[in-house]
This record gives sequence, structure tokens and C-alpha cells, in this order.
Amino acid sequence: MTRKKRRLYFVLAGMGILAIATALVLTSFEDGLVFFRSPSDLVEKPIPSGRNFRLGGLVEEGSVEKNGVLTRFRVTDLNMAVPVTFEGLLPDLFREGQGVVTEGALNEDGIFVATNVLAKHDENYMPPEVAEALKKSGQWNPEGSD
Amino acid sequence: MVAEIGQFVLILALVTAFFQGTLPLVGAARGNQPMMRFASNAAFVQFAAVTGAFICLTVGYVTSDFSILNVANNSHSLKPMLYKISGVWGNHEGSLLLWSLMLAFFGFAVALFGRNLPDSLKARVLSIQGLIGVGFLMFILFTSNPFERLDPAPLDGSGLNPLLQDPGLAFHPPFLYLGYVGLSITFSFAIAALIEGKVDPAWARWVRPWTLAAWGFLTIGIALGSWWAYYELGWGGWWFWDPVENASFMPWLAATALLHSAIVVEKRDALKNWTILLAIIAFSLSLLGTFLVRSGVLNSVHAFASDPARGVFILMFLIVVVGGSLLLYGIRAPMMKGGGLFAPISREGALVLNNLLLSTATATILLGTLYPIFLDAFTGDKVSVGPPYFEATFLPLAIPLIIAMAFGPFLAWKRGDLAGVLSRLKFALLLALLLVGFIWWQQTDTPIMALVGMGLFAWLLVGSLLEWAERIKLFRGSLSSSWRRMKQLPRSAHGMTVAHIGVALVVLGVTASETWQTEHLGVMRPGEIVSVGGYDFRFDGAEAVAGPNYEAVRGTFLASTGTEKGVYLYPEQRRYTDPPMETTEAAIRPMLSADLYAVVGEADGKGGHAVRIYHKPFISWIWIGAFVMFLGGGLSLSDRRLRMGAPRRARQQAAASDLSRAKG
Repeated sequence: MTRKKRRLYFVLAGMGILAIATALVLTSFEDGLVFFRSPSDLVEKPIPSGRNFRLGGLVEEGSVEKNGVLTRFRVTDLNMAVPVTFEGLLPDLFREGQGVVTEGALNEDGIFVATNVLAKHDENYMPPEVAEALKKSGQWNPEGSD
Repeated sequence: MVAEIGQFVLILALVTAFFQGTLPLVGAARGNQPMMRFASNAAFVQFAAVTGAFICLTVGYVTSDFSILNVANNSHSLKPMLYKISGVWGNHEGSLLLWSLMLAFFGFAVALFGRNLPDSLKARVLSIQGLIGVGFLMFILFTSNPFERLDPAPLDGSGLNPLLQDPGLAFHPPFLYLGYVGLSITFSFAIAALIEGKVDPAWARWVRPWTLAAWGFLTIGIALGSWWAYYELGWGGWWFWDPVENASFMPWLAATALLHSAIVVEKRDALKNWTILLAIIAFSLSLLGTFLVRSGVLNSVHAFASDPARGVFILMFLIVVVGGSLLLYGIRAPMMKGGGLFAPISREGALVLNNLLLSTATATILLGTLYPIFLDAFTGDKVSVGPPYFEATFLPLAIPLIIAMAFGPFLAWKRGDLAGVLSRLKFALLLALLLVGFIWWQQTDTPIMALVGMGLFAWLLVGSLLEWAERIKLFRGSLSSSWRRMKQLPRSAHGMTVAHIGVALVVLGVTASETWQTEHLGVMRPGEIVSVGGYDFRFDGAEAVAGPNYEAVRGTFLASTGTEKGVYLYPEQRRYTDPPMETTEAAIRPMLSADLYAVVGEADGKGGHAVRIYHKPFISWIWIGAFVMFLGGGLSLSDRRLRMGAPRRARQQAAASDLSRAKG
């Protein structure tokens, strides 16, 4: 086997694997991409029900209702709010008035069914996306979120 | 006082590193012996200076000197001693100092044990190592100084994040860094070879042990991290395709590829250019990983902007290192002449396939990890790339890789005989099909990926054992002759078999735990019993307990199969005081057949508690497998052939086993 021929084989093999990889990336990128929305964003740029995304904001004061391991609450950016349900153990720092990021999808009734609730940071921490969302809705007050 | 000494020796280290990075390079170009020899001395001094700085910071932590900003921000006088010490590297500034310490240590090791290296190569390797040191020390001194003073000093520190107060996480960063920094040596060797314009099998014999050591440390570091996530985060998951995890997984994949391609350089004098490129890529990914994690870029692009100096420095450093080395590669690589020819079906061919698949997998993960950053920077859209993407791209590339792993070692160098190998592997194929058939017969609705995974596990396990048996001619002659052959087999051959078996065990653990996991989620009252995965879990209530720096609610579960006495599980919900924070401590009963995993949540006010119980079959094998892979790496590293080239490795390995003992 000549050097040239060998090189050709390996270039072909490499291109083949790259082509497969590109196909894999293209087909799975759409499903793997999880957008972030604040409640106001969701009005401007709606996401169809059934599609996974992250919803972030504050847990609205007085909105948390617990029934066994099922929790209902509302995520707000202080302009708009979205009702959320979550079945599972809530993270340690889940509190009314605290920043929260939930992952899940809207159902037919416009309720966000969360599969995951992220609030695992310390008490003073505000998820950056949430801080951004609050700034956009004009409600950002770094001192006021206790 | 201690902070000022630390600051001073750190500056001394920077100055030394600067001369270590420049003078020997000039000396090597001019053939000036004294200038070349200066490299070793400088490496000693630099190591001593950085060690001094590290000790100063450690003293600050141990004595709780809160006049040092870094200590005040990350420690607390009531913290257990172990976490005071691990607090040194549990923060941005300290972890960079640890990085620099290891970097200087490895340079020191090359200087000390590299006596048989050609003068010019050694000088150049140490120079490059010195230049990397300059980058890191400048980054520390100018943007992330751990010795900054705080005036007035607070009465007490604000404490270390309780999630990080854990033995698994105390040792996770040092191991990862040993891995990352180990790759700096292969990088330095690669750059030095490009400058010299020469790569020969002797070069590969130098590079391979460093890669092996780095790979072994990365393996343990990643395994510790995922183990920590599994028991500490209380979600029952062990791998989330989180950007931080990917940042350590990419260098591991590249190191794995490098490990294999260096064999081809060593044995066959081929794939030189590719190996050098891989060494550059592997270290670049380590740098990228360290910086992405440490700069907070990944959590948000805006964290980047919050400290522009750091962000800009990081970008510049990455550009210089990656861009500069790739430029040098582009100029010098065409000069390297390839050696031995080989057919596509051959051991070399299999190793090339391994490399192609591993580097493609690395590239897809890199894309998924960086995409959110670019999208945010260019469009402002906030996205995250979730596990579905990584699973859909990584798994299809991993499957052919594992199939080829059983094949490759059977193939001869230069030209292999595929049909012959297949016939020798027919037993492995048969057993794999039997296992898949059996599982399918037990449960006809088994997901296809589960069947594939279990088949691959059996194929790789049996295939690796068959190859090993063939080498020692087991059952082909007397047992004593096989024994003799086994003892004569080079350690690296044993190491390969062991490491490949480790991969098979990881495949088993991942597949079985993902497929057959069962869980119960609900409110339980004291005395209530639920059945999960064949075990009856009785909830015996929850009570308040106090720890050294936290208060907790501790639940009690009794898990039994009905035939035996059963085991108690005590999950906790902890509330730390400094900093105020709650954590979930899962109670885990690890067994070879399955883990029992219980979490207790908050009270419902009516006497019940929210609980989550998992039964995870074979999940321990993920970490057992990773440890077996590490052992395989260690075995290869102890190979006499590699040791003769460089005696330092035996010592390094002893250090590794000491560390792993300390951890256990």
C-alpha cells in the first residue's frame, strides 16, 4: 500500500465519521436546546406547549400550595406570572420571594409542568438569568429580595 | 505577615518562571550549555517559591487569619480542620495557586528525573513549562490575588459553601488538576519537539507515561466528582452533562486518544504529527476547562463582564497558547516525516479509528458546551444545551468505539486479519448475544439501548479476557507455562486489559442503573411501608439532631427484603449556620447488585414527610469501573520499558496510591 493510498483511506474514514457526527449534531440540536424565558418573555416570544424550556423568576409571595409531594406555585417577574406545578422534593432553598429556575414544558391549559426546579444556591444568590429578567421588567431591586 | 511573605515569594516565582521560560530557549537555539542548564535550576527555584506561597495561604487558612480577604470570604473558625485545608483550593484564587503549584512541581520532576534527556530537548521542555507558569502566575498576581488584605479584619469568616464540605469534593479538584497539569508536560514536550523538528520513538516513550499519569488522575478526578454529585446533591443522578462536567470530560477524551496514538509513535514511528496535535489539543482543552469553570463564563456571560480584567486575561492567554501553538504546528509539522506504513485493517488502523471517534466525540461535546456562550454573545438569547443533545451525539460514537476496543488488541501491527480476529472473538460475540437474548426473554419491552449496552458490556469484558488469555496461551498448554507467560507479559499489556475491563464495568453500571432504576416519591408517615425494587422500606419517622456546624432533621428507614434483618438508612436535611444554607444528605447503602438511596424532605405538617427512595441496580459499578481503569493506567505506568526511560514514574505512582488511600 502506498503512502498516498493509505492517506486517502484515512481521510475518507475521517470524513465519514465527521459526516455522521454532523448528522447527529443537526438532528439532536433542536431537541437538546433549552431556551430560557421569563414570564414576560413568554408573552413576547411564546413557546408551544410540550416543548421543553426553562422558566425563571421569583416564586410569587403567597402562591405556594403544597399537597403531599405536589407543589403549585407561580413564577413571576413582577409584571407577569406563570402558574407552575412540580411533583418531587423541592430544593433546599426554595422559598417564596426567592429566585428560581424551573425546567419543564407548558401543558394544554397554560400551566408549566416542571420536571426540575433549580434553586440550589445560597440565600443571597440570584440566578443571573433571573436578575436579567427582573432588570428587563423594571423590577430589579437588589436589596429587596429577602 | 504571612500574606506579605506569600505575596513576595509569588512575585519571586513569577520572575523565576519568566527567566526559565526565556533563557534556556535562547540557549538551546545557540547551543549554549550554561543557559540550557539554567532551566533545571530555575525549575527548582520556581517550585520552591510557589510551594512557599501555597504554604503561606494554607497557614492563613489553618490559623483562620481573617485579615486575608480570601480566608475571610471562604473560611470560618468553627469549620473542621480538613475543610479549612480543602478551603484553600475551594475558591477561585486558591485553586489557581494549586494549579501553579502542580505546574511547578511537574517542571521540577522533569528537571530532577530527566537526566537522560538530550540537553536541548530538556531545556526547551522546561522553558515551555516556565512560560505556562508565567501565564498562570501573572493571572494570579494581577487579577486573582489570594493574599489581598482586608482592613478591618472581620471577627469571623463567612464560611465555605456546605456543599463543598465533603471529603469527595475535598480531593476532587486536586486530582483533576493533577490530570490537567500532567497534560501540560505532554504539551511542553510537543512544543519542544516542534521547535527541535524531531519526533522519534524515544520522544514517545517520554510522552506516554506523562499522558498515562495525567489520564489516570483525570479518571479518578472525574469519578470523584460524579460520585460527589450522586450522594451530595440528592437528585440521584451522577452525570448531568453540565458544562462544568463537560469541561473535565473533554480533556479526558483527548488524553485517552493521545494515550493510544502515542503507542503508534512509539512502536511504529507513525502518526507523529497527529500525536503532537493531540497533545496540543488535550492541554488546550484543560486550559479551557479550568478557565471556563473558574471564570464563571459558563453560568452566565455576564459574570464575564462583571470582572472584565479576568475575562480579558483569560481570553488573551487562551489565544496566545492555543493560537501560538497551532501556528507553530502549522509551520513545523510538515517537516516531520511519517514512518511505518500500515494497512487500514491493522493495529494502527484500529488505533486511528479510536482516535477519530474520540476526537469527534470531543468536538461534539465542545460544540454543545460553548454554543450557549456564543448564542448569548451574538443574539442575547439564553439557552442551555441539555442532556438529550449530548446523549444523542455521544452514544452513537461510543458504540463503535467499544466494539472496536475488543477488536483492536487482537489485530497485528502493519497488517491484520479481520476474519481471523472474528473467529477468535466468536466466544465473546456468543456470550454477548446470549446475555442480550436472556434479558429480552425476561423482559420483552426492554429499551433497545439497554440491550445494546448490556451486549457491549459482555462483548468488551469477554473480548478483553480472551485477548489476555490468548497472550498467555491459557488452556493451550500447561497451566505452569501460562503462568510463566503471564509473568513475562509486559505490565503495559496487563494494564491495557485491566483498563478495558474497567470501561466494560462502567458500561454495565451506566446501562443497568439507567434502565432498571425504580423509585418512590411521596409523603410517608411513621410506620408506613413502601416496596421499591424488591425491598420493603419502612419509614420510622424523623427527628432533630445537631452536628458540629449545622442542625438537621434526620429520617430513619429500615430496608429489608423480608428474608434478612435489613439495613437502616439515615438521610438528613441539614441547615448550616455559616453560611446559612440547607443541604440534602442522601442515605445510600451501596451494594454490588444495587444501591438503596433515600432522601428525606420537609414535613407536611400532618406528621408525614416528603421522601424519595431509589433502587439503582449496579450503579456502584460505574465508580468501581473508573477505579479499575485507573488501576490499569497505573499498571501500564509501572512497565519496566517505560520506567527505564525515566525512573521518576515509580515514585509518582506511589504518590498516586498514597493519595487514593488518603481519600478512602
